[in-house]
Amino acid sequence: MPQTLAQKILQNQCAEAVGEAGSIARCRVSLVLANDITAPLAIKSFEAMGARAVFHKERVALVCDHFTPNKDIDSAEQVKAVREFARRMGVVHYYEGGDVGVEHALLPELGLVGPGDVVVGADSHTCTYGGLGAFATGMGSTDIAAAMALGETWFKVPPTIRVQIDGTPGAYVGGKDYILRIIGEIGVAGALYKALEFGGAAVEALTVEGRMTMANMAIEAGGKVGLFEADARTLAYAAAAGRTGDAALAPDPGAAYERTVRLDVTGMEPQVACPHLPENVRPVSEVRGVAVHQSVIGSCTNGRIEDLREAAAVLRGRRVARGVRLIVLPATPRIWRQALAEGLLEIFMDAGAVVGPPTCGPCLGGHMGILASGERTIATTNRNFKGRMGSLESEVYLSGPAVAAASAVVGAIASPADL
Amino acid sequence: MQYTGTAHAVGANIDTDAIIPARFLVTTDEAQLGANCMEGLEAGWVARVRPGDIMVAGPNFGCGSSREHAPIAIKGAGIPVVVAHSFARIFYRNGFNMGLVLIEVGDGYAQLGDGSRIEVDTDAGVVRNLDTGAEVRCQPVPPFMQQILDAGGLVGYVGQRLAGEAR
Repeated sequence: MPQTLAQKILQNQCAEAVGEAGSIARCRVSLVLANDITAPLAIKSFEAMGARAVFHKERVALVCDHFTPNKDIDSAEQVKAVREFARRMGVVHYYEGGDVGVEHALLPELGLVGPGDVVVGADSHTCTYGGLGAFATGMGSTDIAAAMALGETWFKVPPTIRVQIDGTPGAYVGGKDYILRIIGEIGVAGALYKALEFGGAAVEALTVEGRMTMANMAIEAGGKVGLFEADARTLAYAAAAGRTGDAALAPDPGAAYERTVRLDVTGMEPQVACPHLPENVRPVSEVRGVAVHQSVIGSCTNGRIEDLREAAAVLRGRRVARGVRLIVLPATPRIWRQALAEGLLEIFMDAGAVVGPPTCGPCLGGHMGILASGERTIATTNRNFKGRMGSLESEVYLSGPAVAAASAVVGAIASPADL
Repeated sequence: MQYTGTAHAVGANIDTDAIIPARFLVTTDEAQLGANCMEGLEAGWVARVRPGDIMVAGPNFGCGSSREHAPIAIKGAGIPVVVAHSFARIFYRNGFNMGLVLIEVGDGYAQLGDGSRIEVDTDAGVVRNLDTGAEVRCQPVPPFMQQILDAGGLVGYVGQRLAGEAR
């Protein structure tokens, strides 16, 4: 039976034959992940299961990135519990403080995830690693506790929607714009319980970072995974991250797809998702001029070095509008350092930005960028649900880094072409 | 199992930030989370709920984050069952793992209006609106998930397996 990428990767880690969409597959897991919000519950469940040890000390990652540096006593207590569990279990990949980054940027950079892996994480954006050819998906804490104890989990094999993206886009358009456009077309439940498999010339031309940005938001269409082939670019990325033994991976010709969605991005403008759902997508020219109080550049979606370069190219020699807060959070310590070495941080500071540490803080309304009632932000993050970043009477617009940077300069939603 | 209670209708695409906003995620305590259930939809929402009441939702209930705090908050508010058009995938799995009963009824959810008396019969596979007499069929629980439910949820299922392997 010709297999989709989803079936093929699951087969890599399953002892039995992976069946058709809808059948159950029990698979080994390559890596299990939790963060400072979800790990405390996972630890509780792990102990309630009577588990005494994690299945593999190097295949569990605990990344305290959401409320860190800790915003209050309760969050500090949560991290303390995770830290002590990691120590007790001998978990090798525990990150907090100077070595912590936003989990979905950090783990690929460290070479902990790659082509053919099956990764489960107690964080919905675990699907990011599909950009590297991994079957990676978010689950709850108790599922993660089970995977930490058993080293395996179960999946319903998802039907696959093939997303074929071709054409050459206009300036300032990247992976974020492609995925926003797709979510706009299929809707926030358009891929419910399904795999999204991305391909086509426009996708092949993307960097691995750009593909991870797209895979990251598969969940915003309800998708279980967002998958890309592991091609020469992927293998080069994996090798640079210190991995060995990875192989190219592609779907079989003639694999059964539920349907195919085609997108020609020729001449496409940057895209913006309007409140309060990621499917409310419009070209930037249709929302130009909407006043913003804050702009956030960072997160597991767009906090990587190429995102910072894109923002810096727009901000170079310019100033953030008076009364607007621009918050820039490089996603990992390595990205932070590289942005420093390349002079990007200086450009941000000269423009009047707040440059902060790697943290998920503002994206989920945790800390470092909470909105008051009546305030509006544009952000490179992945969700614009009502109240996501603070007050129920605030608004979040989503865009790529270039539009977020240009909007900070104008004080209203703008394309870099408007400057 | 049978459940009877008053329906609280909450609409389509209810996300996990609406069910339990991030600012409340500094605890794993069911009572504390329950006290803030649906705080991201409407301040003070939980005050209208009596123990045993039933939540009724449109498509894609529980979309968004993987936070297991969301089904815990619903249970903590005293709601044992959610009937929806459809559930987001991670939330669906979390619900079963936490012992929150989730019933998918497709378009039939529209028959279960806010404030109606609702009866859910999981064995017969039917949800009834006791006020109007409308009957809505519900999806059967997949066999593998029934195994997990039979073990008392995922904690019990894994506990059994670990105990078996230790023998």
